[in-house]
Amino acid sequence: MFETTSPISPSTITSSGKTIRTEEMIINMGPQHPSTHGVLRLELVVDGEIVTDVIPHIGYLHRCFEKHSERMANYQQVIPYTDRMDYLASMNMDWGYALAVERLCGIKVNERVEYIRVIMAELQRIGSHLIALGTYGLDVGAFTPFLLMFRDREYILDLFEMTCGARLLYNYIWVGGVSHDLPLNFIQKTKEFCNYFKPNIIECNNLLTYNEIFIKRTANVGILPADVAINYGCSGPMLRGSGINWDLRRDDPYGIYNKFEWDVIVGKGEMGTLGDCWDRYMCRVREMEQSIRIIEQALEQIPEGNVQESIPKRIRPNPGTDIYTRTESPRGELGFYIMSDGTNSPYRVKARSPAFVNLSVLPEICRGYMIADVVAITGSVDIVLGEVDR
Amino acid sequence: MEQLLKNILQNDILVYIVLAALPLLFVLPYALFAVWWERKVSAHMQDRLGPMRVGGWHGWAQTIADIVKLIQKEDIVPAAADKKLHFLAPYAVFIGSYAAFAAIPFSSAYIGSNINLGIFYIVAVSSIVVVGLLMAGWSSNNKWSLFGAMRSAAQIVSYEIPTIISILCVVMIAGTMNLQEINHAQTGWFWNWFVFQKFPFVFIAFIIFFVASLAETNRTPFDIPEAESELVAGYHTEYSGMKFALFFLAEYANMFAVSAIASTLFLGGWNSPFGDFLGGPILGFFWFAAKGMFFVTIQMWLRWTLPRLRVDQLMHVSWKVLTPWAFVCMFAIGLWVMM
Repeated sequence: MFETTSPISPSTITSSGKTIRTEEMIINMGPQHPSTHGVLRLELVVDGEIVTDVIPHIGYLHRCFEKHSERMANYQQVIPYTDRMDYLASMNMDWGYALAVERLCGIKVNERVEYIRVIMAELQRIGSHLIALGTYGLDVGAFTPFLLMFRDREYILDLFEMTCGARLLYNYIWVGGVSHDLPLNFIQKTKEFCNYFKPNIIECNNLLTYNEIFIKRTANVGILPADVAINYGCSGPMLRGSGINWDLRRDDPYGIYNKFEWDVIVGKGEMGTLGDCWDRYMCRVREMEQSIRIIEQALEQIPEGNVQESIPKRIRPNPGTDIYTRTESPRGELGFYIMSDGTNSPYRVKARSPAFVNLSVLPEICRGYMIADVVAITGSVDIVLGEVDR
Repeated sequence: MEQLLKNILQNDILVYIVLAALPLLFVLPYALFAVWWERKVSAHMQDRLGPMRVGGWHGWAQTIADIVKLIQKEDIVPAAADKKLHFLAPYAVFIGSYAAFAAIPFSSAYIGSNINLGIFYIVAVSSIVVVGLLMAGWSSNNKWSLFGAMRSAAQIVSYEIPTIISILCVVMIAGTMNLQEINHAQTGWFWNWFVFQKFPFVFIAFIIFFVASLAETNRTPFDIPEAESELVAGYHTEYSGMKFALFFLAEYANMFAVSAIASTLFLGGWNSPFGDFLGGPILGFFWFAAKGMFFVTIQMWLRWTLPRLRVDQLMHVSWKVLTPWAFVCMFAIGLWVMM
């Protein structure tokens, strides 16, 4: 019904053979703008409604995660801070850090813990994607999917609450295990959630994904070519949306993901060009289906056992040892570099946060589109500023 | 009624002020109800309850509480704003919507002014809205507001073309622009309504009118002048309290106005669907209000279902889809009527 627009040359209007140069205007989108998903400021250079440049300004939230971590009394005390990095995917953050410390110290966890971690991480992935997709709907003007997805996320938060008592910042995955074993009924309730949630993905697709207007707003918009994605270090659905088949859960295995049958989702350019906003959006929708597959298998296979290894209260890795561990968070490659000086607390902690890297590609994929497209493109990056400004 | 008031008040100016205020008796309670109704519609669509507390039954007093709250709010005017224009803009918008009610036939017995060019008057006078929106956007001295104002001007002016051409389709069949006469031409059972005449051309014209009227009222999927995720709140970003409420009052008044015109032109207006059965001036008002509210509800339903179009897609729909089809309908109906 509609024609799709491709990026057009800004600053020039051709009228009856003449080229007229127009004046550009600088406007600020954010940090309090409704679509910047937190404290992000985008400085837009616009020519009418056409965006000629985008400069992201970050740093409004900076809470010194890395410095704080290096000042903790011990390694375990960093976990509440990793919780707060990506507050929509705290479980994945905790796991990433705990795994790094465990590998640094050579701690091996019980198999039951591995299963619990997978279940929690995948539930969290669904929860995070639900927010990403819901707010994305909001960005393009659809309010109802946002609330329906929040409704579904509540079930996941209920499961987390019954497990560890918290709904947002869990402090559940610890170095050497998890803080508590799963509560009674958890497995039953999670199975119920899986059965409840599967038809809701179809509902979401009917309401938003395959809506004609939504497709026209997102297909062929914000195209991120595969080589640009790789050059900028993009990861997660940002990278896979551009057709790169890369998922750390499969390609640099950690935990017990290799025990399950599931697929890595990549963009195919179904509705437009490969690597457009629709592809990135759809990657997340289909990843939720895969997460459900993983969770269902894990629930069937989970063994009995200890949930916390007996590790020293004060962990002291050998001086000079260091490690870089990476895991697949909902937003992409989450890496932790930790260096030890032999004391109770880490000498250096560096987090490689996926949203920070994904955000850096924004100017590259926004130029030449319209202001409304900038909103759609920024939403498709799925940023969490807590993680960008650590 | 005019003579009756003249006898009572003995002052012509007072009489016209009272007459001009009469539609407020409908518009204000309707706006209160519509805001509440929109909340309930959206709540049901979004699997939640909506207002349930204020006033008891289903939170019926919620919008009254909102009004009380809005009255108390500070009236903020940006320091660098053009204060006169900033002050006048919400009134200009409301006047544009409200003036249309003068010629809307509420029933066979009540119409504010039964002018011969009724529909022409409504189309003309409702264009004042765009002046108000431009005033609001320009005077706010805010780049987002300016974007909203420019978008609204482009949008409303563009969508007036298909709107007017689809109205012309009905005018050609009825042979008059007088809205009461258009109503009388549809008297009888519901198959006499214009929407079922000259099938399918008037039906297509009706669809075109309805879609275009969504854009005229800035409703989703055409709510780009105030697109909150793109332009913060567009032309009314810098408005607070009662001025902000006035924009909303105008929007809801406009929603009913276009719904009323749609039902008058295409769906028999105040006519009962069953001929003389359940007809008459009082029940006529009921049928008119019911048809109007039906379209208002559809507008709400669309708002809570569809995403928003982009500004160029919006123009595409108007100029390359609706306008050509409206011309096709007008041409076909013209030929049909001539034959």
